[in-house]
Amino acid sequence: MKVLVPVKRVIDYNVKVRVKADQTGVELANVKMSMNPFDEIAIEEAIRMKEAGKAEEVIAVSIGPQQAQETIRTALAMGADRGVHVLHDGVVEPLAVAKMLKAIVEKEGPTVVILGKQAIDDDCNQTGQMLSALLGWSQATFASKIEVGDGELTVTREVDAGLETIKVKTPAIVTTDLRLNEPRYASLPNIMKAKKKPIEAMSPADLGVDPTPRLATLKVVEPAKRAGGVKVADVAELVSKLKNEAKVI
Amino acid sequence: MALDPETLGQFIDTVRRYVRERLIPLEEQISRDDAIPEEIPAEMAEMGLYGLSIPEEYGGIGLTMAEEVLIGAELGHTAPAFRSLIGTNVGIGSQGIVIDGTEEQKREYLPRLASGELVGSFCLTEPDSGSDAASLKTSARRDGNGYVLNGTKRYITNSTRAGVFTVMARTDLDNKGAGGISAFLVDAKSDGIALGRPYKKMGQQGTHVADVIFEDVKVPADALIGGVEGQGFKTAMKVLDRGRLHLASVCVGMADRLIDESLAFATERKQFDTVLAEFQLIQAMLADSRTEQYAADTMVRDAAAKYDAGENTAMVAACAKYYASEMAGRVADRAVQIHGGAGYISDYAVERFYRDVRLFRIYEGTSQIQQIVIARNMLRTWKEAH
Ligand SMILES: Cc1cc2nc3c(=O)[nH]c(=O)nc-3n(C[C@H](O)[C@H](O)[C@H](O)COP(=O)(O)OP(=O)(O)OC[C@H]3O[C@@H](n4cnc5c(N)ncnc54)[C@H](O)[C@@H]3O)c2cc1C
Ligand SMILES: Cc1cc2nc3c(=O)[nH]c(=O)nc-3n(C[C@H](O)[C@H](O)[C@H](O)COP(=O)(O)OP(=O)(O)OC[C@H]3O[C@@H](n4cnc5c(N)ncnc54)[C@H](O)[C@@H]3O)c2cc1C
Repeated sequence: MKVLVPVKRVIDYNVKVRVKADQTGVELANVKMSMNPFDEIAIEEAIRMKEAGKAEEVIAVSIGPQQAQETIRTALAMGADRGVHVLHDGVVEPLAVAKMLKAIVEKEGPTVVILGKQAIDDDCNQTGQMLSALLGWSQATFASKIEVGDGELTVTREVDAGLETIKVKTPAIVTTDLRLNEPRYASLPNIMKAKKKPIEAMSPADLGVDPTPRLATLKVVEPAKRAGGVKVADVAELVSKLKNEAKVI
Repeated sequence: MALDPETLGQFIDTVRRYVRERLIPLEEQISRDDAIPEEIPAEMAEMGLYGLSIPEEYGGIGLTMAEEVLIGAELGHTAPAFRSLIGTNVGIGSQGIVIDGTEEQKREYLPRLASGELVGSFCLTEPDSGSDAASLKTSARRDGNGYVLNGTKRYITNSTRAGVFTVMARTDLDNKGAGGISAFLVDAKSDGIALGRPYKKMGQQGTHVADVIFEDVKVPADALIGGVEGQGFKTAMKVLDRGRLHLASVCVGMADRLIDESLAFATERKQFDTVLAEFQLIQAMLADSRTEQYAADTMVRDAAAKYDAGENTAMVAACAKYYASEMAGRVADRAVQIHGGAGYISDYAVERFYRDVRLFRIYEGTSQIQQIVIARNMLRTWKEAH
């Protein structure tokens, strides 16, 4: 089977994100960019399926600017077989991404698509679900364990109440949670080999998708600074503060 | 082979991340246990780190010196014991073969050194011969087709892990100087080799040094590096030339880490209602450390570029090792000072690094020996021109 893994280029998780002075977005100039950590987990899982003889090919897809090719190269260096790059500058929303991925899925015919549950830049947590709906495929979100069976996947999901194990028929969409695996570090020999692996380039138009955003961002601001804590004398004071000051009960 | 910038950048990124996410969290543990978890060497082997300096045709990655020093600086950001795991295979334990070995020797050893399957150690120092390496006494007597080795080597890094030793021994017992010395590749499992108990050290816990004792150790004739007697001292000096640049780069990285630790502390800690970083006397220490670290970084990169261009780098490599290791000592001292009492307490990384950096001024040629090398080269050039 083929496994398709979308990978997004985002601000590196170690970077302290700053809001632009004009409040139109966050500062991206000269900021280190990396693969979305959840997507790294997705790539790792796909490669492990291949190493276990459960998958034949792993395809990494990225939709983004020219530099998104670097993100695809990282996936190739980890062990993906080839890449697909949809060149697009500027904002893309989950629905447009899902539509483009649908077109690529129809072309490539994977049995499983593994996505990160969300990207750490916009935290949307939508693309996998939307793709599942557009394709009419089963979905298993927030996976912390995936077992590949015959025509089905057994997936353990991280849900609010704990862990939930479900079976889904393939073809299926899976989104990854943090505990699914620990992604490997690419070796230099594999980074060098990745240079020679093919990346197919295309545009949103080639996929018949109009990526124009449907939402307008009005303003981006920093979250309010956390105020220092206070010690309360007793439960009565706590309840009173929650009611009258915090106004949460 | 020089890598394209994108590939090199990706590799540096990967090493930086590995250091930050995997190695730094283990620092306290290895310092306490004086042992490195066994999965670490395997992971470093998997990433290709053992083969950094070994040419591609022998299974390594064949970085240029300019590239190697960038990786050295990344590895310098954590406890030096991690770097030492690969240190001998990248440097003194493999370069004798790379630089002067025969084709057969290269094919025999380099692929296994590059993969990390085999660890190489370098046996030059002896109880009575350290800085004056040319006076070494370990003997290699001809015996039929081969040689018999006798002698003791002192403070040998990675000897407890080694599979092959590069041993400098005297083949011409009548020649007491450098010309009487040859270099051999000796299987660590040979009969007659015994290891001393690992020494207790001031710092760099997790790497081990021990004496290696050779008693009537038989080695075949083809163990002689390059197949020619009397070249061993020259081989050792060429190996150290390259090794000095690598060590200098590690000092540059470690100073950078110490500066980061200092900044983190100085911007948090308050005295007199003010964060330390606001005091100009603290700023002066920070500025001195950054200035010197930047100077050393620039020296290392320049000397490495000269090495790659095929220039004679004996003097500039000594300058870089001398300056970078002394610099790291001063930066570590300031880092402890900025931490105040905390800098003397082992819960803080700077206390450990303060002890760790001390070694860089001593091994692979003490600071005094670097000064002598530098001055000798200056005088030779002067005399040639006048
Ligand atoms: C942790 C550790 C790991 C080591 N690993 C290795 C290894 O893997 N392989 C190996 O072969 N060796 C190794 N060594 C040995 C190291 O290279 C020597 O310790 C070093 O070269 C100094 O030699 P020495 O200890 O004999 O000191 P000495 O040579 O006795 O020096 C003592 C002092 O005298 C000074 N001095 C000596 N001669 C002169 C001079 N002519 N003019 C002015 N000052 C002088 C020195 O600078 C020094 O300050 C290691 C040492 C240590 C501590
Ligand atoms: C082993 C040990 C034993 C000790 N024993 C005792 C003891 O028995 N009794 C006791 O009371 N204390 C003891 N101390 C505490 C010791 O006296 C303090 O650690 C020391 O006075 C420094 O204070 P600090 O650690 O809070 O550093 P800080 O005061 O936080 O200083 C940190 C750095 O900032 C610098 N700095 C601070 N203020 C300024 C300024 N205005 N301008 C410029 N630079 C500034 C300092 O010089 C230092 O470099 C001990 C400490 C140690 C490590």
